[in-house]
Amino acid sequence: MSQTTTDDVLAPLRRVFANDAAKVAVMYIAIWVVFYAFGNHLGYGNSGMLSLVRRVTFLAAVYGIVVLALNIQWGYAGLFNIGVAGFMAVGAYTVAMLSSPPAGSPPGLGLPLPIGVLGGILAATLVGLVAALPALRLKADYLAIVTVAISEIIRITYNSPAFSDVTGGARGFGNLPTSPVETLLLQDPTSPASEATSLGETVFSFAAEYGISQFAVVNTLYTVGVLLVLLVVYLLLERAGKSPYGRVLKAIREDETAAQSLGKDTQNFKVRAFALGCGLMGLAGIVWFAMGPRASVTPQTFRPNITFYIFIALIIGGAGSNTGSVLGGALFASLLFEAPPMIRSIIQETFQVSANPGNLIEALIPIASGNLAPLGGFLLNNIDSLRFIGMGILLVVLIQRKPDGLLGARKETAAGVPLTADTRPDTGRADADAAAVDGGETDE
Amino acid sequence: MDANATIERGVGFARSSTGASIVTAFGAVLFLDLVAKLAGVSLGPLETPWFGIWFGGDIAVGQFAGFIWDGIVIGVVIGLASIGLSLTYSILNFANFAHGDYVTAGAFSGWAVTYVIAGIGGLLAITESAVNAVTGLGTYRLEDADLVRLVLLQTAPLEAGANMWLSPAAIVIGLVAAAGMTIVLSLILDRLVYRPMRDADGISLLIASIGVAFAVRYLVALVFGANRRIVTSSEKLPSANLGGVIVDAHEVTLVVVAAILMFGLHVLLQRTKLGKAMRAMADNRSLAQVTGIPTERVIKSTWIIGAGLTGAAGFLLVLSQGGLGFQTGWLLLLLIFAAVIMGGIGSIYGAIAGGLVIGLASRVSLVWLQGDLASFARPTAFALMILVLLFRPSGIFGGVKTA
Amino acid sequence: MSEDDAPSVADADIPDDVDVPEDVEPETMDSDVEESAKTVPRSVPLRVEGLRKEFGGITAVDGATFAVEEGSLTGLIGPNGAGKSTTFNCITGVHEADAGDVYFRGEEISGEQPHDIVERGLVRTFQIARQLGEMTVLENVMLAPGGQQGESITRSVLPGTRGRVVAQERELREKAWETLEFFELDHLATEYAGNLSGGQRKLLELARALMTDPSVLLLDEPFAGVNPTLEEKLLDRIHDLREQGLTFLLVEHDMDLIMQNCEHVIVMHQGRVLDEGPPERIKNNEEVIEAYLGGEV
Ligand SMILES: Nc1ncnc2c1ncn2[C@@H]1O[C@H](COP(=O)(O)OP(=O)(O)OP(=O)(O)O)[C@@H](O)[C@H]1O
Ligand SMILES: [Mg+2]
Repeated sequence: MSQTTTDDVLAPLRRVFANDAAKVAVMYIAIWVVFYAFGNHLGYGNSGMLSLVRRVTFLAAVYGIVVLALNIQWGYAGLFNIGVAGFMAVGAYTVAMLSSPPAGSPPGLGLPLPIGVLGGILAATLVGLVAALPALRLKADYLAIVTVAISEIIRITYNSPAFSDVTGGARGFGNLPTSPVETLLLQDPTSPASEATSLGETVFSFAAEYGISQFAVVNTLYTVGVLLVLLVVYLLLERAGKSPYGRVLKAIREDETAAQSLGKDTQNFKVRAFALGCGLMGLAGIVWFAMGPRASVTPQTFRPNITFYIFIALIIGGAGSNTGSVLGGALFASLLFEAPPMIRSIIQETFQVSANPGNLIEALIPIASGNLAPLGGFLLNNIDSLRFIGMGILLVVLIQRKPDGLLGARKETAAGVPLTADTRPDTGRADADAAAVDGGETDE
Repeated sequence: MDANATIERGVGFARSSTGASIVTAFGAVLFLDLVAKLAGVSLGPLETPWFGIWFGGDIAVGQFAGFIWDGIVIGVVIGLASIGLSLTYSILNFANFAHGDYVTAGAFSGWAVTYVIAGIGGLLAITESAVNAVTGLGTYRLEDADLVRLVLLQTAPLEAGANMWLSPAAIVIGLVAAAGMTIVLSLILDRLVYRPMRDADGISLLIASIGVAFAVRYLVALVFGANRRIVTSSEKLPSANLGGVIVDAHEVTLVVVAAILMFGLHVLLQRTKLGKAMRAMADNRSLAQVTGIPTERVIKSTWIIGAGLTGAAGFLLVLSQGGLGFQTGWLLLLLIFAAVIMGGIGSIYGAIAGGLVIGLASRVSLVWLQGDLASFARPTAFALMILVLLFRPSGIFGGVKTA
Repeated sequence: MSEDDAPSVADADIPDDVDVPEDVEPETMDSDVEESAKTVPRSVPLRVEGLRKEFGGITAVDGATFAVEEGSLTGLIGPNGAGKSTTFNCITGVHEADAGDVYFRGEEISGEQPHDIVERGLVRTFQIARQLGEMTVLENVMLAPGGQQGESITRSVLPGTRGRVVAQERELREKAWETLEFFELDHLATEYAGNLSGGQRKLLELARALMTDPSVLLLDEPFAGVNPTLEEKLLDRIHDLREQGLTFLLVEHDMDLIMQNCEHVIVMHQGRVLDEGPPERIKNNEEVIEAYLGGEV
């Protein structure tokens, strides 16, 4: 690559932004700043602010995990799985069944949490395998229909009164395991107000100096844990993607016949990618729903809608790029999910909107006399519907105008070593290797 | 590699005739069991290490006939709605995930019209009011009706009085309006969303249709509200008890109207050039284009026919079930897909038959899925669909093209 | 029969299979060919018998029977639509033949998966190049070789084994660069394959096929759109590889090229083998000329 002197000034800056870690860091910091500004505007105190930022971070992180899992299936291997909700459900329900206290209702087996988590991931993987073996031979759109049907079958099964002794039926699994943070910090992990352990004592008293409650500390630390899980999943998939394995998946996505004609057992690769993705979806379901601040395992949670949110997030980030997946998940969770209610509060506060017409027609009629307030009030009150309409339109626009995503590049190279022009045998290859972007180079 | 060989063998087994014969055998056992149940013969329990299996049992013939009738009613609606999906699937080459929301849009728009007409007091009352308004004589009944609440389907069903006995004209006009509005919606969406993507691959179109589905569904929620409501009035609605099966006028209307629509479609496609052009396009779009078939016009006709029937299906669904909500069509979508796949994509008769099979399967399965297991009726239909996709992706009727 | 390729047919427990072509085929040939076939017996890595493939109403391949000799450069010619590409597709498992058998090194491979056939060493290129457009040229080439450690997820991911994967990747990259240099694609290495010209795509396809380390290569019009100097060079390379023991079956419409380079030519017409033999003879066969003229109209 040629380097002209004029570039030199900006080169370090550009190099930072070429770095994926920097992109993600900048995105998260930007989200924090925006939500800090929101909170500030609404006059949140320390602990309100912390909980706001914590909430958006948590959602960004769990979306990141599940979008990454979908990316290995769809972004890399081109497997159009729209049963994500079902696989998350299997993960969340399984961990609840395995690790919840036997005393509660519905009773769990009370196994240690690591075993439960492993079981949840394995169960999701297994269900994925059972679904994948026959279904992966189908055309992409058939696979889509089959996977969404499977996810509905899973949801209806958990919902059914027939198994409510084990699953909790329509009311959901009300007896969830405690998170590792609770176990570490609280003497009685099942009660958020319980006495602290000695470790908890130190942490809580430190936090108390800033006016942060015990409850907020537990949730915040759990969120940090989720960020760590995101990091691990990201590194794992970065390695899987930037390897001969990822290369074959990409080839399958592009042209399966070509991959087969180069001796690749494409079915085998597809099954493994599908199973890996499903297992990670199970993990996402666990950290998202089975414990922590949003713990709630009910059949309604796992409707197909959530699958489509995840797809929108992946398409925003750019299918095929792991970094894009993390960015897309964060962007979706913050701007499309958490921001609209904040913006509503801010607008309502700033403009003193109090009009509250019962329906769209009543909101529209006053426009004739130049009064926009009722319409404004109506739209603000229905911001949930508006948000979904907006998501739909966004999806259409993205797929029409920017099918490669807003942020990521579908075209990241898939190899265990950099594939730039200066990796030619007769040029300075050592330099390029030293600046390798993937984590895989570090363990040499 | 070993694992893969196992996989290969497993799939090979499932796909071979052995797999199919297991399915057949299972069907046969269920059939015998059904016969035994109807005859009131019961064997068992046959002990297995885990639980006892009862063969046969007791089920009233009337109850069974009720399942069949319910299955036909829902099956006809699904069949009607699946024609449109099947047509767009084969001619535009993508699985339209917004199709269920077209059903919803048809249902709401049609019932809004029905509600206004019925709520004012029927066509006669409207004419009367119009005459009175013009001449200035007599009462002007439009003024006492709360039009806003009627249009938004918020009036109580008894007050609005929308049913086939009290206001047949309102129902018929509503049906036509449902078809018409859905056609308009589909053409607008085609212009905005799908037409700019004519050359895109099936998956991109599918994703776009998911976006459309969201937008339409929540637009309906925004306008009409997110609550589910009952709209048909059961006041004085004729119904008959035929050997234990309760059949009401709405269900009969549904079946008759659907049959007329299906027959009309049959004539349309058999007797006109359009039918031939549509078949040609379903086979091979670029070839059809080369041979001078005006593809854009055929696509437009496809949307018109498909959406019209879909809107009508939405309207009729509400007529038979009584209620609707903004998720009504979305919840039906997978069953519609099941019907289309069963019948073979692109086959209109297949879609109709597939709808009936799915409708019947989802109700007749209740013979076995009693009590707490009743919620597995839908999964049964989905499972049937998955089996068809795996063993006969061209549909159970052999993938006969629209003919 | 010859045992010079003993390692690969060492446990070919079906000698009669290998005998068949020598018994059957000479009968269909002219006597002088029969002579040469008898005097210089060579083993037959690829044999096709009674291959048949229909698409709807069209019979694309209609009972094609032929054999390809070890180390040969055999030409497969025929007018457009003769069924050459379809024959390739049936041999390599891309399509399932309706009838007929394919033998590779004495073993029947009909109905096998494409990847299994490649693993046996029988590799093909496509007439319409199947470049993987959103992968770079270098990725395309690095995709091909078999036995890559990193094709296992666990080995690619786990800290203990990742090092080995990366080391293998580095070797592979080196080999890939060499291959690209040979095919004069090195300046395009970081370009996305979707941006290549038609000729460049065909070169990439050939380069990729060679990276799989085949013993028999089926090339479907590999020179279409390739510039003449490079075409010369590729032919030289093919001859080199042949000397190293590779076998080639080449579909090509350029008669001069076929006649000058191939030692054996198979002519297909309407799904059948019309004639086969050395170029001089094919050149003068009235029927072949007829078929070509008829086909060309
Ligand atoms: N996938 C397919 N579906 C339907 N028909 C096909 C298919 N592939 C090939 N055919 C038909 O089979 C016949 C043989 O085609 P094939 O491509 O094998 O010929 P070919 O000898 O390779 O011709 P060319 O020299 O033009 O490449 C043609 O009539 C073609 O139209
Ligand atoms: Mg060809």
